[in-house]
Amino acid sequence: MRPHDETMLLQTPFHARIAKACELNQWDEWKGYTTPHAYTEVEQEYFAIRNSSGVFDLTPMMKYRITGPDAEAFLNRLLTRDIRKVKVGRVAYAVWCDDGGQVMDDGTVFHLGRNDYRLCAYSRMMDWMQWSAMGFDVTIVDETAAVAALAIQGPTSCAILKAMGFEGIESLKPFGIRTFAFDGVILMVSRTGFTGDLGYELWIEPDKAESLWDKLFAAGKNFGIKPIGGAALELARIEAGFLQAGTDFVPAEETVRMGRSRSPFELGLGWLVSFDKPIFNGRRALLEEKKNGSRYRFVYLDVEGNKPAEHSFILKGNKVVGTVTSAAWCPTAKSNIAFAQVEARYGKPGEKLIAEVYYQRELQWSRVLAKCTVIESTVFNPPRRRQTPAADY
Amino acid sequence: MHGVQRMDVTKKYDAIVIGAGHNGLTNAAYLAKAGLEVLVLEKNSYIGGATVSRELHKDWKYSNCSYVCSLLRPEITRDLELPRHGLQVVPYGGSVTFCQNGDYFGDYPDHERQYREIARHSLRDANAYERYSADVMKQTRLIRPFLMRTPPDPTSLRPRDIKEMLVLGKAFAEMGEEGLADTLRFWTMSIGEYLDEYFETDVLKAHLAGSGIIGTALGVYSPGTAYVLLHHYMGDVDGTVGAWGFARGGMGAVADVLAASFQSFGGEIKNDAEVGKILVKNGKARGVALANGDEYYADTVVSNLDPKRTFLKIMDEKDLPEDIVRKARNFKIRGSSGKLNIALDGLPTFTGIPKNSPLLHTDMHILDSMERMEKAYDDWKAETWSKDPYVDMLIPTQIDPTMAPPGKHMMTVFVQYAPPRIDGAEWTDADRDRFGKNVIDQIAKYSPDFKDLILHCEVRTPREIEDEVGLTEGNIFMGELTFDQLLFNRPFPGYAQYRGPVKGMYMCGSGTHPGGGVMAAPGANAAREILLDLKLRNTVPAGYADD
Repeated sequence: MRPHDETMLLQTPFHARIAKACELNQWDEWKGYTTPHAYTEVEQEYFAIRNSSGVFDLTPMMKYRITGPDAEAFLNRLLTRDIRKVKVGRVAYAVWCDDGGQVMDDGTVFHLGRNDYRLCAYSRMMDWMQWSAMGFDVTIVDETAAVAALAIQGPTSCAILKAMGFEGIESLKPFGIRTFAFDGVILMVSRTGFTGDLGYELWIEPDKAESLWDKLFAAGKNFGIKPIGGAALELARIEAGFLQAGTDFVPAEETVRMGRSRSPFELGLGWLVSFDKPIFNGRRALLEEKKNGSRYRFVYLDVEGNKPAEHSFILKGNKVVGTVTSAAWCPTAKSNIAFAQVEARYGKPGEKLIAEVYYQRELQWSRVLAKCTVIESTVFNPPRRRQTPAADY
Repeated sequence: MHGVQRMDVTKKYDAIVIGAGHNGLTNAAYLAKAGLEVLVLEKNSYIGGATVSRELHKDWKYSNCSYVCSLLRPEITRDLELPRHGLQVVPYGGSVTFCQNGDYFGDYPDHERQYREIARHSLRDANAYERYSADVMKQTRLIRPFLMRTPPDPTSLRPRDIKEMLVLGKAFAEMGEEGLADTLRFWTMSIGEYLDEYFETDVLKAHLAGSGIIGTALGVYSPGTAYVLLHHYMGDVDGTVGAWGFARGGMGAVADVLAASFQSFGGEIKNDAEVGKILVKNGKARGVALANGDEYYADTVVSNLDPKRTFLKIMDEKDLPEDIVRKARNFKIRGSSGKLNIALDGLPTFTGIPKNSPLLHTDMHILDSMERMEKAYDDWKAETWSKDPYVDMLIPTQIDPTMAPPGKHMMTVFVQYAPPRIDGAEWTDADRDRFGKNVIDQIAKYSPDFKDLILHCEVRTPREIEDEVGLTEGNIFMGELTFDQLLFNRPFPGYAQYRGPVKGMYMCGSGTHPGGGVMAAPGANAAREILLDLKLRNTVPAGYADD
């Protein structure tokens, strides 16, 4: 049994550095850790991601290490996508469902070695994974606190890693993994992120966290490196069209009310479901849904005007047909984007809907009925995101 | 080869736009979007006009003319999908004025820091700044909705003009009686007197007054300069009114994406094609003749050039009514500024300012008193450059990684004042070099290591700006921004709706409403009028409602 922990909020191994840089002293809470909301100015931090490089501490992300002879077979049972296709040294985005075919969470699977995986997730999954692991010869370890992680995202991120001496990093493909010697230990670098830009995530043991931070910022000095908080990341991920668990869907296990969970199809993630696998959690329910149709449809909306459609009802004519889950004016794409869940018969690409937007100016509320167009994907998708070898800026 | 050329010169386009500046390209893009076959003719071997980035020193890109971005209308950026074509505008915040006594005044983007900084000089001024901000914001709220509209003709009884006059009248009426009086005063008074009504601190006033004289042949105590300040405050970056940003890759990026958008609609651009004459037959425009004699034909000809150049240089006076020749001659487009673009071997330090201060990322000004500002103008009146010049300088490479090698920097230095002629004579190369040296000496007074870091320097006086860009007298706004030349008076009364005096001939440059700066609104507004005349579908977006 572990001893009592009287700490209100935990600190990540980068905390001393973050606290020094966090001039605004604005903090968020993330899975029991104190994490920066913004360091100096949200806008500047956001633009570091899009113009130079932003550094984000993602240590509190839930990290599970899955090893053992059946590790691959277990993950193929847990996840809806075919994990056998993800080779060693590659990362894959994935969702996993309960038996009702409802999404429990989304995350990334890192294939570190033969039958050696790391699963990064928003939700805590130990219980569900243990149930799912019945009959499989696997070991599942929560290594959240044992691995420190920084994301470096933005057009100069590759140039900065090169300046750190990581030779050949420019040839790392999107979703690829490579390891480098760093300060006497192994540093893992993956070309992954949550911003839709060129970017990398760096994984290291906590003892070397401060050293990594210091060397990264020293190398980035002439490349516009800046630490970024959760607020800037949130804006970047909406612009890039990425779902946030807990915001754009409720993890199935946490829902109380009927019908509040969503299937992968209802989140626009049908491409992650591989029915050619004979068995995986939720398969039967998802097949059924595929046959009978979904209840909801996830859509990206291009909203007229410049008022973000936060928390708006989506109307067709006078009828409410859905709600917005995330919305923002996107400063690089220069467009007003909303994510919405609408009744399944609405929301085909190109369809015009209406967002009922409320906004307040000098205490007075105003309402606009903003025309929206359903778009296939969000508009931010720069070539540098995939370009290999990666450019210097 | 000869045959190909002949085909070129005999082809008839639907519209020809003269000048590939940002407004010409915007205008052309909207005409092409409506389905017209459009040709843009540019005299230089590169596009952009005053919205240009050039590599004059290896591996350095200069924003040679315009250097920061705020006024570019977001409606146009979004509608023409400029981000998809590669445009990124990165905002920066704040500004700073260096003082002769070694101190500096920092205008921090953070509100509370700014309050404390003003309070170092005067608690009262720090508090008065709130009232000042609200009052200026009232004026920006009044003007912003009219940027994407054609000004009404107040003498016309056409339904459209009456309707637009009512819109204008309603906006004024919403200001209230007192607000209306304030507005009339604001639009006509000097920035010096306006600031005197709020503040007692000289350096604060000098710091703010710069926006009232930039690009303008007037002094801080000349009537009309308060509006010029408003012109610098009425833009926005992502909804933050008054904010400014860098176009990633320099201001040429704006022209490049506009060109890409235009070309995506099938448009055609010809460089090295200086227009010598707009061809007019039977009172109708029928095309243009290049300086080299080549002719291109179209029933719609749009000039992105300034009003003087348009009517006095590339049109035949015999084709024009007398009044427009007279008005063009009287049009105020006086040269008043110069520019230095400098490649630096490293980041210079500035006296008194910490090395990592956010103020170094912003507009840095020299001239810490209203007296020095006014004296700088006295030199202009005496037909010489300011011996103690006002500068607005930035080092965008601290934010934009694309304009110089890592660790190296580019500095853009806007200089006020530089007269169009020196002691009644044309600028000479020697004058230009002395002007440049004077500015470098001025900056070096506040930055001891600055001179040693200079690798290359481009000096531009009104002569270079006129010769290269084509702006008469090197006036950056294509005509002064005084009340007599604004709204339905821009460029001239009776000609403010983008239509020229000859059928099929139009104006789309910053010499038309709503005026100078990299705004693209004149080009878009002109396109709307042209499409209306051609009875084609309007492709120009309406302005965002401004709350």
